[in-house]
Amino acid sequence: MSVIYILWLRELRRYVRSRAQIVASLGQPLLYLVVLGFGMGPVFQKAGQGNYLQFVAPGVMGMTVLFSSVFSGMGLLWDRQFGFLKETLVAPVPRIQIMLGRTLGAATVAVVQGLLVVVVCVIAGFRAVHLQTVPLALLFMALIACLFSALGTAIGSTLQNMQGFQLIMSFLVMPIFFLSGALYPLNGLPKALSVLTSLDPLTYGVDGLRATLIGRQHFGVVTDGLVLAVVAALLLAIGSRLFSKIQV
Amino acid sequence: MIRVKDLTKKFGEFTAVNNISFEVGPGEIFAFLGPNGAGKTTTIKMLTTLLQPTSGTMEIDGLDARRQANEVRKRFGIVFQDPSLDGDLTAYENMELHAVFYHVPRKIRGERTEQLLRLFDLWERRNEQVKLFSGGMKRRLEIARGLLHTPKILFLDEPTLGLDPQTRNQLWTHVKHLNQTEGVTVFLTTHYMDEADRVAQRVAIIDHGKIVAEDSPQGLKQQTGADSLEEAFLALTGSTIRDEAASSADQMRQFAKMWGNRR
Repeated sequence: MSVIYILWLRELRRYVRSRAQIVASLGQPLLYLVVLGFGMGPVFQKAGQGNYLQFVAPGVMGMTVLFSSVFSGMGLLWDRQFGFLKETLVAPVPRIQIMLGRTLGAATVAVVQGLLVVVVCVIAGFRAVHLQTVPLALLFMALIACLFSALGTAIGSTLQNMQGFQLIMSFLVMPIFFLSGALYPLNGLPKALSVLTSLDPLTYGVDGLRATLIGRQHFGVVTDGLVLAVVAALLLAIGSRLFSKIQV
Repeated sequence: MIRVKDLTKKFGEFTAVNNISFEVGPGEIFAFLGPNGAGKTTTIKMLTTLLQPTSGTMEIDGLDARRQANEVRKRFGIVFQDPSLDGDLTAYENMELHAVFYHVPRKIRGERTEQLLRLFDLWERRNEQVKLFSGGMKRRLEIARGLLHTPKILFLDEPTLGLDPQTRNQLWTHVKHLNQTEGVTVFLTTHYMDEADRVAQRVAIIDHGKIVAEDSPQGLKQQTGADSLEEAFLALTGSTIRDEAASSADQMRQFAKMWGNRR
């Protein structure tokens, strides 16, 4: 237990100490929120879909948690490079505990980052419709964070070096974001796109956030929560299996 | 304490360690010497469960290092050849993490940490992030950390690389003391032959993945008719310089520099 805690604490300490990185990681959500939010606003309004800023803000929150947790999970690569990974791997501790500590730490960092973006959203004019379901939104954020931190750890366990990083960005993380319905409504999509979006776990995360924050849902909160929990558990299992096989 | 039989490690076509066997008795200081790329670090990695051997058996304190990895890990401490600290954490936090990993009881955790940080002259700077330390200080911290728990076996992979004579002296004195008072078995590699001569009771020399000699330092000198262990070493391994391929970790370090080194 204390091993999981100390590794969780480590992730948080590292996060708090990288102030430049915290600020830098707010840049992209801000762009999507402000430029896209206000730029697409009029068209969205004319199409009878309501306020685009309200619509896109939960998507931007989901995106932030996605990026932050995948990156933190893949922090494994940096540890491999700077040698700290070895120190953890020779320790007389079941590797599953090491993996859990790291992953939970990465997930917590992602949720904190997500909350920062919530603040930014509120400043930009976003308002949650039902205040009583806001705690549920936090739960969805935590689920998204756990899921993608586990994915990041799984990927980090299999990659040997940073060369693969760009590949993962372009062919996995960006598609997950763009296919999630973070930026557009899911109804009336072409068949192929509709199938792809329903295979993307982030879709359910964003849908859950939207349901709980602005009361607009596609699959429903229960489906969203179940899909996220199952996929997260699956990825945690895969991640810890891959992590336990690491050789350096 | 350590019993290795027919150990082999192949990386694709390349055989890094070729069918070696040796034994290290309890309480012994054993030096594992060899030129660059001879297979020393690969052997240590296999012994410390970081790498799976291609074939052969390894027994640590009577346990199978392949199958009972976690039990084996409880029995040794290691100072790695290349850095393994977390640069974003402070010196003290690095020690704390290690203490938790090795289940050092909370009571003696603080006491030992202070004692070791003082011994290696790092106590005053315990609350600074490690990335701000000089190379020598980082090295000292690695060593202090490796000694934090009292293992049955201590692996030291070129621990004195880049250290000044004072610190080197400090380290070996401490290691010898541990060996004598607590009976810790020591398995070390080094390129400084005088160190091996001074501390080791037995020496094995490995070259091209094979053990070419195994004896006491005195015995090796007699065997080759040399005055010093260094001469004996050169007589046994020749004087050609070896190439070592850059490991993926080295390549990554370069890549990280390109990207403006996060840590």
